This record gives sequence, structure tokens and C-alpha cells, in this order.
Amino acid sequence: MSFDEIDQKWVQGSLAKTLAKAPERQPAFTTPSGSEIRRLYTPADSRVGTDPVQYSERIGFPGTFPFTRGVQPTMYRGRLWTMRQYAGFGTAKESNRRYRYLLEQGQTGLSVAFDLPTQIGMDSDSPMAAGEVGKVGVAIDTLADMEILFDEIPLDRVTTSMTINAPAMVLLAMYIAVAGKRGIPASELGGTIQNDILKEYIARGTYIFPPRPSMRLITDIFGYCTGNVPKWNTISISGYHLREAGCTAVQEVAFTLADGIAYVEAAIKAGLDVDDFASRLSFFFNVHNNFIEEVAKFRAARRIWAGIMRDRFGAKNPKSWMLRFHTQTAGSTLTAQQPENNAIRVAIQTLAAVAGGTQSLHTNSRDEALGLPTEDSVRLALRTQQIVAYESGVADTIDPFGGSWAIEAETDRIESEALEYIGEVDRLGGMIAAIEAGFVQKQIQDSAFRAGREIDDGTRRIVGVNCFQMENEVEPEILQINPETEACQVASLEAIRKARDNDAVAAALAAVKDAAVSGANLFPPVLQAVSAYASLGEICNVMRDVFGEYREEVVL
Amino acid sequence: MKRRIRILIAKPGLDGHDRGAKFVARSLRDAGAEIIYTGIRQTPEAIAAAAVQEDVDFLGLSCLSGAHNRLFPEVVKLVRELGGQDIVVFGGGVIPKRDWPGLNEAGIRFIFGPGTPMSDVIAVIRENAPADAELAP
Repeated sequence: MSFDEIDQKWVQGSLAKTLAKAPERQPAFTTPSGSEIRRLYTPADSRVGTDPVQYSERIGFPGTFPFTRGVQPTMYRGRLWTMRQYAGFGTAKESNRRYRYLLEQGQTGLSVAFDLPTQIGMDSDSPMAAGEVGKVGVAIDTLADMEILFDEIPLDRVTTSMTINAPAMVLLAMYIAVAGKRGIPASELGGTIQNDILKEYIARGTYIFPPRPSMRLITDIFGYCTGNVPKWNTISISGYHLREAGCTAVQEVAFTLADGIAYVEAAIKAGLDVDDFASRLSFFFNVHNNFIEEVAKFRAARRIWAGIMRDRFGAKNPKSWMLRFHTQTAGSTLTAQQPENNAIRVAIQTLAAVAGGTQSLHTNSRDEALGLPTEDSVRLALRTQQIVAYESGVADTIDPFGGSWAIEAETDRIESEALEYIGEVDRLGGMIAAIEAGFVQKQIQDSAFRAGREIDDGTRRIVGVNCFQMENEVEPEILQINPETEACQVASLEAIRKARDNDAVAAALAAVKDAAVSGANLFPPVLQAVSAYASLGEICNVMRDVFGEYREEVVL
Repeated sequence: MKRRIRILIAKPGLDGHDRGAKFVARSLRDAGAEIIYTGIRQTPEAIAAAAVQEDVDFLGLSCLSGAHNRLFPEVVKLVRELGGQDIVVFGGGVIPKRDWPGLNEAGIRFIFGPGTPMSDVIAVIRENAPADAELAP
């Protein structure tokens, strides 16, 4: 008898009998992404089964193509993932204190949150910056702020991730300059810049320049770092924000990898060899509530990317095929109602990220639907990772859910549906064209609207929000940003403008402009400019003059 | 015959989180309002001018970056200066409860936190609409 036949026997026999007597809780079950969840998965649902050829081609072994089970042969038995909490607020001095606290608590890598003016290449005294300075991250105007931010932090031993996109080159240059002043060569520095502009146009919103010059900045960074900062991850291609904006798990994989394809194509077009830069590409995913779909999502993403790099781009180095990624628990799943429940959501999401083989992880704090997290909340979030790492046992077996029929079937489904989307983006002429046509934004918004509707009308239950509510909740204490931050930051920027050698700054800014116009790699003159204490806003304004500014196509 | 309620949904400041603003805009459109959405990164000046020029009944402001205490009152002040005396201003986003009284006092009449059911928002719109306007799905 085949699997289908024995399955049918069960369906028509005892299952039918039970359903006739007692219907299920819901007429249909779906993931938050809207995909059907089946009642039961059997060996018939996984295309792989136990055939050894199929097994090695589609699932394989950790550290070998197609990396479905993970990118390293020993995974967390060798080294645990990097526990990397995204943090930053107020001034450089306050953020430096938080970083040192996190490192003391056992965090193993830094992750810098910049405020919005910094992310958009504006100085703290820009009129548009009013009210935003130091709010969602730390305010950085010049190298002087960066020196304070990393004071007493061993840059040769800690890796640092910086969530910075449009002005990524400027902030990386500042990091290199701070290290240089302490005698640490750029070749020793490890870390990541997000540097993923495409998802800024789609979802996150901190773009500055139009797509084409932005892509040039990115490939200039790839080109410069290959020779000079070889241990740096030059991009973190991010699905996180697409998912936060409301897309499905499949769309998250598809659009992120399609963005990846666009960057690889741009770099190859700029004359780089794929194997020279591909191993420095890294990814950043969301981990949402549905445990099975999320574990499968990470596995599917690795398998698809390995195929793209080997077969589509002809990369020869196995390192170029590996999808290495950072994960953050889903901010959009945090609720303002009964915020302590969020700690439980984060724990489940953490388990999924680890079962999915993440290289690093940020766990959200329980109070983030209310405001910036307190020190206590951040510590609990870090402890969540440590408990999963040291107590749960999931870190001790590689890909522990591999071979589960449900996980394998979901991995196959996400892979095939994501490949369809990638094909659609290809047909539209690639990701830049698809974004310019509003295709990606519309897809995400429709998913977001559907998901929002489901919660609003109660078909998707969210504990504490549309069921099991409590009356008269008392809001917990949340972090308050010092109201003096903006004035302090503006005053210190003014002081630096007075103290620095302004002729050197003018000359350095002129060199940035020359390179922007001529097409020469912009990194060396930008490094020169930051070293002369030119401000972020001054450097970006020079580029604005040459490149112009992007304006959003509003899609509703 | 009553006219449709007109609502401007706006994103002041540099915050790029527009999922909530777009959800509210689209839901209110489905509920029968005429909706104008500004897109992200708008100055208080541009929002106030748009609200008055478009002659809206309601102005909804969304901010998740923590800049609401600075930006929302500024928008209200400019709207009133431009003659939009009757425009009802409401706000949403990540806005700690401790900030609500100050915002209410500055003229932000209603604040809708995360997880607010759309039926609550629609009820507020209905109750506070001018006599000659309605939601017409």
C-alpha cells in the first residue's frame, strides 16, 4: 500500500467518524501569513522521503550544499549564535554605558541603533531633525561622537553590527577611523553594516538618494572592503522590515533574496568577481509567531540562496553559497496590552530562530510596544536567549526539527512559493524595476491589510488584545529619553565645528564631491572627510547635491 | 444628502513606520470616508497646509519614533493658525500613556494606541463629524 492509500484509509475511517461527531475548533487553520495549516503531515508530504540521492540534493548535511540544515558542520555544538541586542538612545555617552552593561551581562556582540536624523544623513541641528534627536537610537554627527560611543570597548575583539543604510559608508568610515586612532588596523575589524537600501524604499523609509546612485554607493563599499576590511560583512540583506511592514513568510524570503540578487548583479556589473564579495553578504530575517512556518522559512531561504549563487551566478567558492543570517524577534507581534505576555512570545520566537539555524539573534524586550526598553526588560530578553542556549537542549543537536514531516513539507512549500515570486520579480525586470513599479509595496500592503483585518475582526486571536483582555491595565515604567539630549547634541556639534581645521574639512568635502561626480570609489575620500571631523550631514549634503534625493511613491 | 467625511492621515517627522497609518487609512476608506494620505517624512508645516487646503474634517497623525510630544502639538498649532479651527485632530502610534494628558491639552483630541479596534476609531469619527457629513460606504 502507498502512503496515500493508508492516509486515505485513516481519513475516511476514524478521522471521518470523529469529525462527524465533533467538528474541529475552526473550519480552517492558517498561519499568520495566510497559508493553510494541514491537519497532519506524513512521509507522503515531503518530496524527499528517505531516498539518499534526494536527501543529499535537497536536505543534505550541515555545512554542505544546499545548507538546508545549517551553514556550519557543527553549528551550535561548535559555537553558539552571537547574542546581539540592538541598542542605542540619547547621546553617545548614554549608549556607551548601555553597551558596556550588555557586555557585562554576557552579550557577545554589539548592535548599534542610530537615531533617525543619523540614519537619514542629517545633522542634529537640521530643522527636520527637531524632536527626533536621540529618540530611536544614538545621535552621531561627527567622529567625536563615535569615539565616545566606543570608548573602552575592545574593537579588535568585539564584533559590531550597525543598522545604517543610506549613509552606511560614512558610519563605517567613522568606525574604521576610531579603530585607527587606537592602532587597530581595518583588516582586524569584524562586524556588519546593514547597507541594504532596497528595503528602505519598500518598507523602512530611511532612504536619502535615488536607487541608482544608492546602488553605486553599495558597490563602492563592496569594492573597498574586499581589499581593506576583509572580515566585515558589507551588507545585511534584510527581510526583517518587510515582515514588520506586514508581508508573509513566503514574501519575506522571496523579496529578501530578490534584493540579494539585485546586489549581486550590481556588483558583478561594477566589475567585481562574484567569489570576491559573495562570502561577505549576510542576511537579516524576522522570526514571527508561527513556530513551524518560521523554522521552515529559514531552512527554505538557505536552500534557495545556495542554488541561486551556485547555479544562477556561477559562484565556485562554497562560502559564496552560504546564507548566513541575523534574526530579530518580531516587533509587530508585541502587544501594548498585558506586556508581560510578550516575554513568552519572544521565548517561542527565540526557539524558532535557533531551530532555524541563525548566526546571531536579537530578542525584543517585553515593553517595546510602549516605548524604548528599560534595562530590566533588556536583561530579561538577553536571559531568554541564554536559557534557550544553555538549558533547552535545542542548541545541542543540529537542525533538530529536520526530518519532521511538517517541517520538511513546509520548507518545500515556502521554497516553491518564494521561487514563484522571485520569477515574478525577474519578469518585471528585477527588484529595482519592481520597486519603481510599486509591485513589491502593493504585495506587502495587501498582506498587511489582510493580517490587520483578521486581528480586527477576531478571526486571528491575539491573547490580551482581542481575547482574554483585562480591564484597567496599569502601564509599566518605561524608559524616558533625557529631554536635554537634543540641545546637548547640537551644542557639542557647534563646538566641534569651531575647533576643527575647517580648511581641511572643506578640502575633504571637495574631494568627496569630485569622486561622486567622477565615479571613482567614494570610500577613500569619505574616510578622509570623517577623519577631518566633517559631519555626517555635511558629507551627505555634498552627495545630495550630486545624486539628488528620493521621493516616496505613495501606494495605498 | 450629506457629504462624505474627509480625513487626512499624516506621518510627521522622520519615522518610516507606516503600517499602522496605512491600515487606518484603508480601513476608514472602506468605512466610507474620503481619505488623503501624505506618505512619510512630512513637516508639520506641510501637513497643516494640506489639512487646511483639503478642507478636511479630521486629521490623524501617526508617529512611532517618540517625537510625538514635539511634532503633534506643532501641527495643531499650525493648523489653527491657518484657520483650520474645526479640524478634529487625533493621533496614534507608540505613545506612552504618561504623554496623553499633555497631548490632549495641546489639542490632540483622541489617541489610539496599538491594538485599538477599528470599530473604536470609526465610532469616534462618527460621533465627532460635522452635522452635514457622514461615512458612506
